[in-house]
Amino acid sequence: MEKNQKKLFAVLIIAAILIAALPFLALKGAEFGGSDDAGSVMVEKIHGEYEPWFSPVLESVIGGEIPGEIESLLFCVQTGIGVGIIAFFMGRLYERKKLGKDNEEL
Amino acid sequence: MTQKQKKQIAAITAFSIAFGICPAANAMHIMEGYLPVTYCVAWGVLCLPFLVTGFMKLKKTLGENRRALTLLAMSGAFIFVISSLKIPSVTGSCSHMTGTGLGAILFGPCSVSILGIIVLIFQAILLAHGGLTSLGANTFSMAIAGPFVSYGVYALCKKCNLNRMLTVFLAASIGDLVTYCVTSVQLALAYPSEAGGVLVSVVKFLGVFAPTQLPLAVVEGLLTTAIVICLESFAKPELKSIGYRKEV
Repeated sequence: MEKNQKKLFAVLIIAAILIAALPFLALKGAEFGGSDDAGSVMVEKIHGEYEPWFSPVLESVIGGEIPGEIESLLFCVQTGIGVGIIAFFMGRLYERKKLGKDNEEL
Repeated sequence: MTQKQKKQIAAITAFSIAFGICPAANAMHIMEGYLPVTYCVAWGVLCLPFLVTGFMKLKKTLGENRRALTLLAMSGAFIFVISSLKIPSVTGSCSHMTGTGLGAILFGPCSVSILGIIVLIFQAILLAHGGLTSLGANTFSMAIAGPFVSYGVYALCKKCNLNRMLTVFLAASIGDLVTYCVTSVQLALAYPSEAGGVLVSVVKFLGVFAPTQLPLAVVEGLLTTAIVICLESFAKPELKSIGYRKEV
């Protein structure tokens, strides 16, 4: 990675973190619910009472809402799978370049 | 595994987990059971030609070129990561990004639809996020409309000889934003407002989704650009083999 690329990379990541973190820090007491929930509220506003005609598979299996902790666990699993794959390949690509074997197939 | 690699992986993992614990709530995607049956079926059918084209295209790409597999896996993983991070936004609610821009730029919009639908099925079954009944509509907005716009913006900027990184940024963030606009339209079509009909409804739903999504679209653009920088410096032969810009 060239030097100015490295700099750009750092700037991008920092900017992304700031955009994500600032609202959270600035808006004290905001609820930070999902915009989906806001969406269903809007459906009810337009349509009147609305009863969803199908409930999520997992929720009907366990007969209730997925507990918050479990949901965040599952989301973490999703993130983990993704990060694992990216980190694995990034590591291999990085090492390949370092060893000067740029044109070899992975 | 070298010490340095281990450290890198540990750092990335810690980073992702820190982000993963943003208050759990439903964001984006049309909720399970909220779309009338006819619409569910219609959107699903509309997706089919894209999915079939994408599947055949992917099969062809991978058959001709094993190197593409690395990039394909990374594009898919990128969608996994990006769409699991719920990020607080200026409106005081959380939403997440799509991550489909990267795949659209590298492999073209049809191929991404396959990657996108895998993520959507995962979320619908395990996370009660989005839904199986609204899978068609969500696939259309996130895995088809968004990537197509990303790809269009990318091709356009490329033609205008815009800076390469800026091109990637614009393609990813506009694609992300369009995904949510399409979601708004889909909801509005199913729930036209009593006074004013579909258009008024579109405005109402856009009012819910768009302000939340705007900063997140920027974040998505930034992150996509960041990973493209990494790929350009470490995966040149792979990028070349799938025909990504020649000057790199």
